[in-house]
Amino acid sequence: MENYMKLEIAAISENESFARSAVAAFALTLNPSLSELSDIKTAVSEAVTNCIVHAYAGGSNVKKVYIECRANKSEEWGELHIQITDCGCGIEDVDRALTPFYTTLKDEERSGMGFTIMQTFMTDFSVKSEKGKGTQVMMSKKIGVAENEELRERVNA
Amino acid sequence: MKILFNRRNDALYIKLRGELDEHSASGARREVDRLADLNADCEQAVFDLAEVSFMDSTGIGFLIGRYKKFNRYGVKVYITNPSQTTDKILAMSGVYSLVRKL
Ligand SMILES: Nc1ncnc2c1ncn2[C@@H]1O[C@H](COP(=O)(O)OP(=O)(O)OP(=O)(O)O)[C@@H](O)[C@H]1O
Ligand SMILES: [Mg+2]
Repeated sequence: MENYMKLEIAAISENESFARSAVAAFALTLNPSLSELSDIKTAVSEAVTNCIVHAYAGGSNVKKVYIECRANKSEEWGELHIQITDCGCGIEDVDRALTPFYTTLKDEERSGMGFTIMQTFMTDFSVKSEKGKGTQVMMSKKIGVAENEELRERVNA
Repeated sequence: MKILFNRRNDALYIKLRGELDEHSASGARREVDRLADLNADCEQAVFDLAEVSFMDSTGIGFLIGRYKKFNRYGVKVYITNPSQTTDKILAMSGVYSLVRKL
């Protein structure tokens, strides 16, 4: 089974909660555990918040965030692919931005852990960015793998 | 996000209820900082996270910021009852090295 959705939302903080809940609702078809669902919500919140606080901070005509999700499901497990795109200022040095605790907004109580959290909470993660054009975060998560391994271990024991 | 509080002797208990993200943080920041000013004479402030239904990296900055605020008054800060996900976020970002978990 393959499922797909696309969301186009205004880059305003009111939409942070909506965006992560919408992706979580979409992910439900893959029967995630509560902890997997919580990981997905957190990762989406990080990426969407970055679009709002960093990408469009300098002002721009189109302040929108695009979220695309794909879900693949087989008998044993599922996989959720998420793509979060903005047309904002872009990131000059992506490697440096991915470093834990690196932030360009220290004065606003930012910790620089957003990308690190996305990487930790998802199975795969990558960023594409071009200065002045925008940023695209791609991440995916395998669903039900941990649970199945646990089951297999119990059966083998 | 709702902020509930309760002062018992030398301790201020602050209960956060709801979602702590970039959208809700500014209001929560204002309210807790006002509480810190009003309770500058207490010895410890305990953040109860049991009813935080969602938190992302904004919560890290929020908690470290409040730690600094209370610290200026010489008030010790603690965290209690984080959910599993919140605990993972706070542990990986080193928050517990500044603000101990009870
Ligand atoms: N969509 C984006 N557009 C432009 N710059 C970005 C974007 N996302 C991240 N960045 C840059 O990468 C840096 C690191 O991002 P990260 O999410 O790890 O930390 P942060 O947002 O600064 O702090 P935190 O997420 O912990 O609150 C940011 O400070 C910002 O400079
Ligand atoms: Mg961030």
